[in-house]
Amino acid sequence: MKEQNKIREQFPILNQKINGYNLVYFDNGATSQKPLSVIESISDYYKNSNSNIHRGVHTLSRKATELFEQARKTLAQHFNVNNDQQLIFTAGTTDSINMVAQGLAKNYLQTGDEIILSTYEHHSNILPWQLWAEANGGKLKVIPLLEDQTIDYAAIPALISAKTKLIAITHVSNTLGLITDLEKIKTIAQKNNIPILVDGAQSAPHMPIDLQKLNVDFFVCSAHKMYGPTGIGLLYLSEKWLKELSTSKPGGGTIKTVTFEKTEYAEGALRFEPGTPNISGAIGFAAAIDFMNSVGTQTIFDHEHELVQYAQKKMSEIPEVIIYGKSDHKAGVISFNIKEQHPFDVGTLLDKYGIAVRTGHHCTQPLMHCLNVQGTVRISFAIYNTKEEIDIFIEKLVKVIKMLN
Amino acid sequence: MTINEIEKEIIEEFEIFGDDWEGKYEHLIDIGKSLPLIKEEFKTEDRIIKGCQSRVWLNSELKDGKVVYTADADAIITKGMVALMVRVLSGHKAEEIVKADLKFVDTIGLKEHLSPTRANGLVSMINKMKMDALSFSR
Repeated sequence: MKEQNKIREQFPILNQKINGYNLVYFDNGATSQKPLSVIESISDYYKNSNSNIHRGVHTLSRKATELFEQARKTLAQHFNVNNDQQLIFTAGTTDSINMVAQGLAKNYLQTGDEIILSTYEHHSNILPWQLWAEANGGKLKVIPLLEDQTIDYAAIPALISAKTKLIAITHVSNTLGLITDLEKIKTIAQKNNIPILVDGAQSAPHMPIDLQKLNVDFFVCSAHKMYGPTGIGLLYLSEKWLKELSTSKPGGGTIKTVTFEKTEYAEGALRFEPGTPNISGAIGFAAAIDFMNSVGTQTIFDHEHELVQYAQKKMSEIPEVIIYGKSDHKAGVISFNIKEQHPFDVGTLLDKYGIAVRTGHHCTQPLMHCLNVQGTVRISFAIYNTKEEIDIFIEKLVKVIKMLN
Repeated sequence: MTINEIEKEIIEEFEIFGDDWEGKYEHLIDIGKSLPLIKEEFKTEDRIIKGCQSRVWLNSELKDGKVVYTADADAIITKGMVALMVRVLSGHKAEEIVKADLKFVDTIGLKEHLSPTRANGLVSMINKMKMDALSFSR
C-alpha cells in the first residue's frame, strides 16, 4: 500500500476530480499517464540541452546527440538487444508497421504473396498489409479464434502455402488482453522459414520483453502506452533485416554520400531515421523505461495480473456482465458489455462517476464482427491502479446498470 | 409552440434536478425510452448518421409547409438527446429550424454531448436536420 502510494505520487494527473468524483483512470490501453521523471526529462532537455543532433560540432549539439544515443542504449538494455542499432526510433507502433510494410513491398514481397494475420489484430496491423495486398494482388490470410476467443493455433499450418511471406501478429490483444503464445507461432513459422512481425504495443507496457530470447524478425511498440510521451515508438529489426529492409522514408541524416546520380545510405539505425528525429521524445521514452525498471517489469505484470483477476472475479458476480476473452492468461485488459445495453451508454455514465474507460470497437472491427457485437467497454490497468479503484468501479457499474434498466 | 417556447419548457423540466446529475440522466434515459421515434421501414442504411460509436437514424418530411422529423438511436442516452432535438425542431418551418441555436442543451447541462469528441453522431444529426430543412425551403 505504501509502495503503491509512492508510485501514485509520481503521477500528479491522477490526483483530480471529475464531475466531483475522484478520477479512476482505467484507459491505460489507449495511453498511460506519465510520471514526473518523464515530464521533467523532456522539460530539462528543452531547458538545458536542446540542439540538433548528429552533425553539429558545438557543445550543445554533442550533448543532445549523446542524450539521444544514450536513450537508444537504455532501450537496448531494457529489451536485451546487443546491437543498439537494431532499435529504430519511429513515431509509434503504427509508423513502425508501415515502415516494415513499405520496406518489404520494395524488395521482398512479390505479386500474389500471402501474409498471415490473426482475427484480433488492431487495424494498424491490418491496413498497411491490406494496402499492399490491394496494390499487388496479394492476399491476407486470417487465423481464426476458438470459442474462448484465444487463437486457434492448430488452424495455422493449413493457412501456410509456398507464397506465405510473413506472419504479422499482436503479442497482446488490445481489446481482450489475451496473450498470444509466440512460441507456438515461432515453431510453425521457423519450420516454414517465414519471418514474424510482433505488434508489442500492448505487451511492452505490461511485461518483461527480452528480444534476444523472443528472437523474431520485427518487434514494434509505442512509448506513450509505456509511461512515455506520445509521438515516439520503436521498430526492432533482427540483424538480417537491419541490413536487408528497404528504407521507405529517405531524407537528411540517412546517408553517407549524395550525388544527383546516386546516394550511398548510412548503415544501422540512422538509415531509417530521416530528418530531425523526435529528440525530446526519445529522451522521454528512455526516462519512461527507467521508471518501468525502477518498479520492475515483472512487478508491473504481477500487479496488473492481480488486478485483472480481482476485477474479473467481482464482475462475474454481476449477472448482467458479459466478459469477452475471459482467461487467466492475459495482460491488464478486460473487455465487457452489459446485457442489452449499448457500450456507449455504459461508458458515458461511468465517466459521470469519474471513471475513464474506453468504449467502441477499439480499432478491432474484424474482432467485433467475430464477437457479433457493435462494440465493448474496455478497462485497462497500469502500475498505479489499485484494488480500491476496482471496488469503486464495481460499485458504480452496479449503479449504472440500475440507471439503464 | 415556437421553438423558443419548447426550449423553455425543456429547461424548466430539467431545472428541478439542479445539481443532481443522476436524476437528470435518469430523466434523459426515460425520454429516450418513452418515444417511439421512427418507423422500422425508415431504419435503412441511407438514413443512418454514422457517429463513431452510436448510430442515429433520421427521416425528414415536409407536411403542410412544416418539416417533420422522426429519428432513432441505438444508444439510449443518445436516443434521449435525439428525442429532445426532435421535440424542439419537428413541426416547424424550415427557416425557423435553420435559425435555431439550440442553446437549451447548454442550459440543461448536457452540452458535452454536442462536443465533437463524443463521437455519438449528434452533431452530425443536427447538421443533417438543418440541411434537410434548407433543402425543403428551396
